[in-house]
Amino acid sequence: MIHSKTLDPNFRSLIAQEPGGEHIRRCFSCGTCTAGCPVREVTDRYNPRRIIRMAILGMKKEVLSSQFIWLCSSCYTCFERCPQDVKIPELMNAIKNIAAREGYLPPSMKMQLELLSSFGRLLEVDDYENEKRKELDLPLLQGKTEDVKKILKELGFHREEKIEG
Amino acid sequence: MKKRLKDSPFNPQYTLFLGCTVPVRAVNYEISTRKVADRLGVHLSDIPEFCCCGYPIKSVNHYAYLLMASRNLALAEEKGLPLCTLCSACCGALTEANHEIQEDEKLHKRINDDLSQWLGKRYDGGVRVTHFVRVLQQEVGEKRIAAEIQADLSSLHLAPHYGCHYTKPSTLYERVEDPEDPKSLDQLIEASGAKSIPYENKLQCCGGGVLAFDEEVALAMAHSKLEHIRANQADAMVLLCPFCNIMYESNQRKIEKVYRKEYKLPILFYPQVLGLAMGMEPDELGIKMNRVRPTELLKKINPIVAKKS
Repeated sequence: MIHSKTLDPNFRSLIAQEPGGEHIRRCFSCGTCTAGCPVREVTDRYNPRRIIRMAILGMKKEVLSSQFIWLCSSCYTCFERCPQDVKIPELMNAIKNIAAREGYLPPSMKMQLELLSSFGRLLEVDDYENEKRKELDLPLLQGKTEDVKKILKELGFHREEKIEG
Repeated sequence: MKKRLKDSPFNPQYTLFLGCTVPVRAVNYEISTRKVADRLGVHLSDIPEFCCCGYPIKSVNHYAYLLMASRNLALAEEKGLPLCTLCSACCGALTEANHEIQEDEKLHKRINDDLSQWLGKRYDGGVRVTHFVRVLQQEVGEKRIAAEIQADLSSLHLAPHYGCHYTKPSTLYERVEDPEDPKSLDQLIEASGAKSIPYENKLQCCGGGVLAFDEEVALAMAHSKLEHIRANQADAMVLLCPFCNIMYESNQRKIEKVYRKEYKLPILFYPQVLGLAMGMEPDELGIKMNRVRPTELLKKINPIVAKKS
């Protein structure tokens, strides 16, 4: 049961203002996205048509706090097939960006942020890796860069105490 | 025809963008790429300061992704060469950042203001981005490849896996090929002398995009493709993205355990296949590092004894 009192009619405008979410209002729920979705094929927890419908209705809290928005694999199959050019993977990213801002970032994404902040990469290239590269006659790589940490800090995504503590 | 090939200047030069996964988990992809590039006359140079392309952070903060991508593109611009990636997601993320920057002057200015203030860099927006396998297809071409073939791979049946970001979104890549029916990797496999085999649901995603968030879902996606390929008795799967490789090779044992099946399906990066066809030794192509040993496959390769003319 959906109660109209709990709906936020501005949610779709909020999404439409976010990079990637611009075309949300074009969706006419044909279901082409869901029919061809490889994630949907293995789990019914993910259903892009349903998520978009919920977002358009204004079910802000349900959408932002849900696990399913993070289940899009960004394969772009629906992006290619959508007759309304809703750009669904980008739309999912727009919703995820809002979720991140409103404090709904899943632990796995927090971990990725910390890795990027610490090393500038998702996987650390340490002395061992570079030693191996030397043996294989491959050019050495810079172990880590502070630049990503700076970017995340300036944008408010990096908290020193969290990384070190 | 041969004469024209000889006369035309052929000197492709690129900066190689390794990304996060290749230097740590797919060194065999890097080794084989450098080896075949060298033989084919594709010059690859390096920038040790590159960071992550920015793709993983796109879902958290779009602007942070653009800044990370622009930082890398700015480094490439200083060097003055186009970029070529080994990872399809890196290729997509960097190409998309380029598009956004070129289409939105205000955004470009904001990025440059922040890049210069925070990192002392600037990006004018002119670095071309492509994928190494696309360079093989478009610039090197089948004729140059054919001229270098020194081993007979004709008894190999290989299953191509395009992955998603190599062809999609097609608007990003100026629709270089039909994303619903891509042919370039099949053609490159055939150019190596091996047979490219069809299989069910060939374009299915590897599931890598959700691995960090939900392993069960990701493994289920990879499992389904391993099943389809096994049904057609391929000697190996051939791919061109290190993250797809994590799903099908690094996680193959785990998938076998979860689904109580045995695949032992070798997974090769396309440059490894090409290197074998060029007569290179498996060791030169990092095949020792392949987790599923392609022992049977290697036995089926024969040297071409006498090459006429």
